[in-house]
Amino acid sequence: MGAPGGSPLVELRGISKHFGEGETRVDALSEVTLEVHPGTVVGLIGPSGSGKSTLLNIIGCILEPSQGLMRLDGDVVYDGRWLRSDLRRLRLDKVGFIFQFHNLLPFLDSTENVAVVLDLAGFEAAAARARAIELLDYLEVGRRKEAMPAKLSGGEAQRVAIARALANRPRIILADEPTAALDSGRAGIVMDLLRKVAVEQAAAVLVVTHDEKVFDRLDRMFHLRDGRLDAA
Amino acid sequence: MNLAYRDIRHKLGRFLLTCLGLSLLLGTVLSMIGIYRGLVEEALSAVRAPGADLWVVETGTRGPFAESSRIPGDTREAVARIRGVIAAGSVTYQSVEASHRGEKLRLYVIGFEPGRLGGPARIVEGRAIARSHFEAVADRKLGLALGDRLRLGRDRFAIVGLVENQVASGGDPVVYISLRDSQDLQFQLSPPAARRELARGAATASRDTVNAVIARLAPTVPAEDAADAIRRWKHLAAMSQEEQEIVLTRSVIERARRQIGLFTSILLVVSAVIIALIIYTMTMDKLRQIATLKLIGAPDRKIVGLIVQQSLAMGGIGFAFGALLVNASADFFPRRVLLLPEDGLALAGIVALVCLLASGLGVRLALRVDPATALGG
Repeated sequence: MGAPGGSPLVELRGISKHFGEGETRVDALSEVTLEVHPGTVVGLIGPSGSGKSTLLNIIGCILEPSQGLMRLDGDVVYDGRWLRSDLRRLRLDKVGFIFQFHNLLPFLDSTENVAVVLDLAGFEAAAARARAIELLDYLEVGRRKEAMPAKLSGGEAQRVAIARALANRPRIILADEPTAALDSGRAGIVMDLLRKVAVEQAAAVLVVTHDEKVFDRLDRMFHLRDGRLDAA
Repeated sequence: MNLAYRDIRHKLGRFLLTCLGLSLLLGTVLSMIGIYRGLVEEALSAVRAPGADLWVVETGTRGPFAESSRIPGDTREAVARIRGVIAAGSVTYQSVEASHRGEKLRLYVIGFEPGRLGGPARIVEGRAIARSHFEAVADRKLGLALGDRLRLGRDRFAIVGLVENQVASGGDPVVYISLRDSQDLQFQLSPPAARRELARGAATASRDTVNAVIARLAPTVPAEDAADAIRRWKHLAAMSQEEQEIVLTRSVIERARRQIGLFTSILLVVSAVIIALIIYTMTMDKLRQIATLKLIGAPDRKIVGLIVQQSLAMGGIGFAFGALLVNASADFFPRRVLLLPEDGLALAGIVALVCLLASGLGVRLALRVDPATALGG
């Protein structure tokens, strides 16, 4: 599944996840198979409790599946060889996260919020700052580079959050309801930005959304119901 | 990028206010240590002032600072003749309450023979006692000036000199007077009592009694040898200067030392609990931010560093403010507050240790934060 465009960056094969055992066992995901290719924006929709968050956590290397195979950018993850610190490094190098409520660190200004990712990756401070400013300019919030998050509008904050997600040039971008807190105009701009990033950086973008006004901006859409994935 | 510094900068007012509260607590700890040091120093000031090597006291007693000791006034002459003794002096000690310009004054009166051992070590203003009667040298804490007259017993004494930091173990400022005057003050009966004694035919008691005789020894003579020679007189006991200081520090002020030590320990525990709670609350406030940091790939050491550095900064700033506060206010304490650099360094080390331990609770909480919480469930 997913649009063609070379080897998939996200590849899930028969991923299942259950919580608890016996009578308390809950099957959050059952036999989920999914591919997301470079340059595509894929939507994941489903009612509350359908397993969207669980799937996002598994792809984001936060939660280990009960069974199945997952490959991110060619690396098989959760094959028993990965330590927690390795998964953290994998997230830092290959995955960018965009959140519903931007989740910018309130004690860092816009530039620092972006540069912090590069700092964690081991960049020199000056290089990290230069790259952060370049990204803010790219996302057209460069004029707000010294503003603290509390002083940013919702749209500006979300763009800074996108800049942070892109800072380390990740191949995979996971966005959790990125437009939920925005009006339709700003939601459209954010989705256009994600598409631009997907195309220009050959990244795979997976968007969890309930926002019908952005459905037409997705290359493909998957429904998750009771832990099972269907192509829409 | 130092996240701890940036977080502090972001909430600078709140952080500094917290540090101020902590500084009051740490300042109290430091002042308690200073009060203890001052207590010891003050207690030893009277015993160290004469610069003696040997204390001759009544047998069966531990000297005039611990209990009553009375020996004949001519003991000094006998002691002076012992081999190795190069100087000796008779001394008396007594606590007295006097009134001056309508105020009650608690004093510690030391009687000594002018020109012999037992007088003040250093006079900071005025002169030493030159006349055999009715002159006094007082500690500055009494608030008397040169030329002031002070009534002690039935006599008035002119203040001719001032000394500094000379107080008894109870904190009463010292007043030096001549031995003869101090014997009158200590042993002379009031006129009605003297008349009664005369009426009942009692022999007039000799007032030539002193509380101790102090001696300075030649450098080549061990104090123990001289003490052994004195102990041959069955009515006398002898203690070295070191033993006399031990009596004061281990016995006379022991309870005060333990009291202050216990109180200081309690304050340190309270400080640790408060720092732990503050750090814990600060961590609770940042749980979502910590989850976000973890999600974007921050290693544990970065998260731990954020919490521990803030804890150490809080302790460091709190300690610095506290030390400044105590240094600035030390002179306003009714008793001497002696702040020693080594005590400050030791407390700084303890505060650093307390901060590290106290941040453990916050670190534990932070390390348990699930990065998934940043995704909003």
